Amino acid sequence: MNAKTPKTKPALSKVRREQNRREFLRTLGLGVGMVGASLAGLIPLIGAANARLRPPGALRDLLNEQQFFAACIKCGQCVQVCPVEAIKLADLLDGVGVGVPFIDARAQACDFSCDGLQCVLACPTGALTHDLNFPADTRMGFARLDRPDACLAMQGKGFKGVARGPEFAGRLRYAEVDRWTPVPVAEHPYDLDLCDLCVRQCPIEIRILECAAEKPPEPGQVARVAEKIGNECPPRHAIVLEPRPGGGAGMMPVVKDGCVGCGVCEMICPVEPTAIVIVIDKVTEAPV
Amino acid sequence: MSYIVDSLRHLLGLTVERPAPERQSQEVKFVYERKANERLTKETLEAIEAAHAGTAKRHKWRNRRWITLIVVNLLFVVSYQFDVQLVEGAMTASRVVGFHFADLNSALQVSLAFKHMVLNLVIGTVTVLILWWLLGGRSFCSWACPYHLIAEWAEWLHLKLAARRWVRDIRFHRAVRTVFYVIFVVLTAATGYTVFETISPTGITSRALIYGPGVALLWVLALLLFEVFVSRRAWCRYVCPIGLTYGLVGLTSPLRVEYNVESCHHEGECRKVCLVPHVLDITIKGRAEDTKVDVAADCTRCGLCVDVCPTDSLTFKVKGLARVL
Repeated sequence: MNAKTPKTKPALSKVRREQNRREFLRTLGLGVGMVGASLAGLIPLIGAANARLRPPGALRDLLNEQQFFAACIKCGQCVQVCPVEAIKLADLLDGVGVGVPFIDARAQACDFSCDGLQCVLACPTGALTHDLNFPADTRMGFARLDRPDACLAMQGKGFKGVARGPEFAGRLRYAEVDRWTPVPVAEHPYDLDLCDLCVRQCPIEIRILECAAEKPPEPGQVARVAEKIGNECPPRHAIVLEPRPGGGAGMMPVVKDGCVGCGVCEMICPVEPTAIVIVIDKVTEAPV
Repeated sequence: MSYIVDSLRHLLGLTVERPAPERQSQEVKFVYERKANERLTKETLEAIEAAHAGTAKRHKWRNRRWITLIVVNLLFVVSYQFDVQLVEGAMTASRVVGFHFADLNSALQVSLAFKHMVLNLVIGTVTVLILWWLLGGRSFCSWACPYHLIAEWAEWLHLKLAARRWVRDIRFHRAVRTVFYVIFVVLTAATGYTVFETISPTGITSRALIYGPGVALLWVLALLLFEVFVSRRAWCRYVCPIGLTYGLVGLTSPLRVEYNVESCHHEGECRKVCLVPHVLDITIKGRAEDTKVDVAADCTRCGLCVDVCPTDSLTFKVKGLARVL
C-alpha cells in the first residue's frame, strides 16, 4: 500500500485500525478464493475422472496419473511433433490435468507414423519417459472387443468403402501409399470379403509383417538406431483373427499380449459406435 | 546493499520506510532544499505536461513493449500453425530454434511435484534464468507474458470506469502474494500436483493462443472481470507467483530504471500509471537517498513511467555499461 502510516505516528487511529482490519479480511478472502480455486483442480482426480488415454511413455500407473501430471510442464511440444496430430491438450474441466496431453483414439489414434516416438523425444521434462525406443515398448492401454455382437468379422461380414465415412478427418500411414506422409482415412477405401480392419491397420501387426518380409525402415529414418535391435520388431502379436468360439461363419478379433493400446483399432472400426475400444485401466503384462 | 534489501521488502509486500536523514547524501539534501525554495507554478507544470503529451516519446516504450510481447507470442503461434519451428511449445516450456527454454515458475512447480529434474529441464531453466537476469527479471511480466497485455487493456477500462466513479479500486495487502507463493510451494510439494498451473492465466492464455481456445479461458475472463470491476490489476499485483519468481531473479539484474531527482517535478504521474507504484515511492519529495536512484526489483521494466515523465527523470539503464564502454 502506498498510503501506509508513517512510523512517526505514535499509535494508529481508530479509523486506521478499522481500515487495516477490513483490508486484512478482504485479503484473507482473496487468499481463500484463489487457493480454493487451485485446489478445486484436484476434484477431477476423484474416481480418476480425468484419466485418459495418454501419449506413449506417459509416466502413469494405469489410472494413477500423479507422476505424469507432476512431471508434465503443460507446454504441448508433444502435440506439435505428432505427424497425425493425435495428441490434444486437456481443458480446465480436467482440473490439474489442464494442458496435459491426451489422445482421443476414436477421433485420431497414435499410429506410430513417426517411427521414433517423436512425442517422447520432444518432451522436455521426462513426463513422457525416454526409457522406451520402439512402439512395442509402449504401454498406453489395452484393446477390448467391447461389443462383439456388433463386430462385422464376428458376423462374417465384409467391408466395402471408406472406414469411417467421407467426413472423417482422421489419418493413418498407409506404407503402400506413402511411407512418410499419413493419408486421410476418408481417401483410402477398402474392399474386404471379411472385415479385418482392426488387425490389418494395427501398427504392431504391420511392423511384424514388415520384419517378416525383412523390410526394416529405411536407414536414417529411425530416430535412435537403423538396425534391428530391442523391440524394433515387435516380439508378440497384438491382435489376430481367430475362429469364433462355438463355431459359426465369422471370425473373432482376439487381443494378444503384444497390444500396446495405441488405439488404431478403435479409430478404424467401421461400426458405430465402435465395436472395439481401448481401456486405460489395463496394459499388457508382457515384459518390455 | 540497500537496493537489494529494499527490493526484497517490496517483493515480499513489506513497507519501505522513508530514508533516515543520515542515509541521504549531501547532494540530494541540497537538491531537495533548492526545490523547496523555488516552487514551480501550476501554469509552468501544465505547460510542460502539454508539451510532453504531444511528442512521439509519449508512448515510445509502451509501443516497443507491446510489439515485442505480441511478436514473442505470435512466434509460438506461427511456429506451430505454419510448422516453421522457431519457438515450439508454449510459454511454460519451449524450444527456441532447438534450444530448451523453461519458464522458471513452471519448472519450479514441476520439480516440486515430480521431485526430479531431467537434464533438458535443467538446461532450459538455467538458460531462461540467465536470459531474464540479463533482461531485468520481472521484465518477463510486461514484455512476454500474454496475460499481462490483456490485463493492461482491462486496466484501461477499469481506469475509465473509476474516473466516472462507477467502480472503485479495492486494494489488498501486498504481502498476500508472498503468502500465496509459500502456499503454492507447500501444496505442490505436498500433493504432488502442480496446483498453481491449473489456475495460471499465463499458461492458459499461452496455450489457448497456440492450441486453440477452451473452457479454461472462462477462468481468465473471470480474472479480467475482477480486475475491471473490483480491483485494479489484482492478479499481477497480489497473486501471481510467476512475478515473484522473476522479481527475485531481477534483484541483481543490471537492467533497471534509473530515477534522477534533480530534474523531477514530483507530480506523481509515474506512480499513477505504474503496476507496482510502491517502487516509485522514491519519487516522492524527500524519499530518495541520492540524486540518482535505481528503481527496485519489483519493477516490471514496462517503461510506462519512462513514457509518462515529462522531464525524462526516469530512464532505462544497464548498470555498469557506462563503465565498460
